[in-house]
Amino acid sequence: MRPDLQQKQQGIDVAVLVSIGRHPTTGRARRAEQDARGLELALSMGAELPGTQISVLHAGSQDADSEAALRGYLGMGLESMTLLEQPEGSDAISTLADHLAATSPQLVITGARAERGEGSGLLPYALAEQLGWPLVNGLAAVETVENGVVTLLQALPRGQRRRLKVRLPAIISVDEAGPVARQSAFGPARRATFEVTATTPVADTELAQWHVAPARKRPKRLKIVKAASARDRFKAAASKAEGKGGQILTDVTPEQGAEAIYKLLKEEDVLR
Amino acid sequence: MSEIIRRDPRREWIARNRLHPDYASVITDMGGGAAVSEWLGPNGVMRKNPRAVGFIGPNGVKRIDRSGLQQGGQSAATTTAPQDSRRTVTIEDPTFLVAVVPDLTGGRLSGHDKDLLGLARRVADANAEQPGVVVAILFGEHKEDALGDAGIDRVVLLDDDVYAGFSPEARLAALSAVEREMAPRFWLLPDSPLGGADLGRRLALRLGERAATGVWQIEADHAAPLGWHCTTRGAAGSLDIQRPLPRVALALAECAEPVDETRHAAKLLMLTAPVPTTLSRIEDLGQVAVDPAGVALAEAEFILSGGNGIKEWDAFHHAAKVLGATEGASRVAVDDGFMARDRQVGATGTWVTARVYVAVGISGAIQHLQGIQRCDKVVAINLDPGCDIIKRADLAVIGDSTQILAALVAMVEQQRGGQRDAA
Repeated sequence: MRPDLQQKQQGIDVAVLVSIGRHPTTGRARRAEQDARGLELALSMGAELPGTQISVLHAGSQDADSEAALRGYLGMGLESMTLLEQPEGSDAISTLADHLAATSPQLVITGARAERGEGSGLLPYALAEQLGWPLVNGLAAVETVENGVVTLLQALPRGQRRRLKVRLPAIISVDEAGPVARQSAFGPARRATFEVTATTPVADTELAQWHVAPARKRPKRLKIVKAASARDRFKAAASKAEGKGGQILTDVTPEQGAEAIYKLLKEEDVLR
Repeated sequence: MSEIIRRDPRREWIARNRLHPDYASVITDMGGGAAVSEWLGPNGVMRKNPRAVGFIGPNGVKRIDRSGLQQGGQSAATTTAPQDSRRTVTIEDPTFLVAVVPDLTGGRLSGHDKDLLGLARRVADANAEQPGVVVAILFGEHKEDALGDAGIDRVVLLDDDVYAGFSPEARLAALSAVEREMAPRFWLLPDSPLGGADLGRRLALRLGERAATGVWQIEADHAAPLGWHCTTRGAAGSLDIQRPLPRVALALAECAEPVDETRHAAKLLMLTAPVPTTLSRIEDLGQVAVDPAGVALAEAEFILSGGNGIKEWDAFHHAAKVLGATEGASRVAVDDGFMARDRQVGATGTWVTARVYVAVGISGAIQHLQGIQRCDKVVAINLDPGCDIIKRADLAVIGDSTQILAALVAMVEQQRGGQRDAA
């Protein structure tokens, strides 16, 4: 980065929303993968832009299990985090929206979806709708922050990236494309403190009515062959895949062949 | 003509009796000139004459071809051309609407989109007396020529420039306009990252609904407010949540079977009021050039793959660079040391999912063809017109690969040069 560019950039207030994750095989509480990536993004922003204030928020109950999981975030290099205390089964959206509206950070970073509970990934969208802030999902990197406008790289499928300019304040959500989270250090994690804030919890009555069970395996889709004759059924079962109606160019000059390929590549829009 | 089948009992009697002297002529008569193998018997049962089927093969052995492809001497009368079995369905005055917003990746309905349309059809056709219609809202231009075959009754086309790129705010405004005008009973979107997953959640919050995300199964349930119950995946895929189906649902791939028995009208609908323009706070600066060599082969969009037929590897690498394609290779090219092992495409290498796969000098071993099963378009450049990849390819060019690649590179460079001059 050029020095004159860096001088124009100033630090901003970043709030990172973290949740308690669930280890996919053991089911134990841990730091959530996507939230940890979000925190990593914020920490690397803080290292690049001096003066960046990072506050970490969690809405949930305070007990031994969740504390151990939350200390996983603190061990990434934080001195304290804010815990908005509310009992299990409460709606986190209204609590977080109230807190964010009161503290008004310029950038809110969240994971795309939680690893426990409903895990619908609706929370960032609900916050964006309630606060009226723009939201960008699938974030890969934050490039620059200048005059209340942040330039971001959004991850697209197939390893592609898209550059976006978003006016602050904004909410960005991070999924697997974000930077890999650093290791959590045990000592600093033990020394860090929680700032517990009491809230007025709103119970999530809708979720309580739903029937929740461990996921069962989805049935594998059967290959249904609708063929009239035995020969067609046999061919569908035994033969290798063949494209239908492929165009074959024989006895053409290299230029004509290249022309045809070029036309197809243009049609498919893969040439940049 | 009258509907009554006129019968000639005497002729039928002769046709049943193979030893009758007039048998051959009657049988020929019934088949309209040629010998018949099937006719309607006196009791309305199809009668078959197995001796009239088949033809005498080159070695004097009788052969029977049941595919109907080969026109044997005698079987010609019985073979019928494969006809279109799809039923055409038009729904004129629907009771309700099911709105679907497909991803339309690259202008085509993806497999996920088709599954979703199958789900929408299930919801719309549940009650035959009160039929619903499936309205597809398409952003940008599409390249599908048979939208009706996927189960779409009505189409709303929104191909304005404001919907190009990442434009969630403009798209949301358009969907809100559709909601105001048509008030669909259900909104179904694919739960695919950076497509329906994003737009659907925005829409749900705008409509004040708690969307069902990751839906993979729905069942009719009269106790539910909208008549359906759904099973969704929650908590990073570790929970199954059963809940009543809300108005907005985001469905996973393979949530239903795609439509394949009916054909629908796909009638164009227009929005009466213009979509209000919104001031976007997100500005799309376009895609960033990514080094194609750094993209993982399994998720690369455009692959240039080389095999045994390539003689000049420097030219091949240059072509990949100019075209902006990720490089792949067949097993032979890797074994011979021309390419790295992680570039191998096929059963023992990587199973690729490219949209366009260009196979240069690859004959197409079965292991290689397995690896490219999920590619959309396959282009083959090969010297041998009889090899297996030609059968798989959507476009095959028979000729010297070095010259064709050189011509292609020249063409792309010339086109790019022209654009740069104009800019």
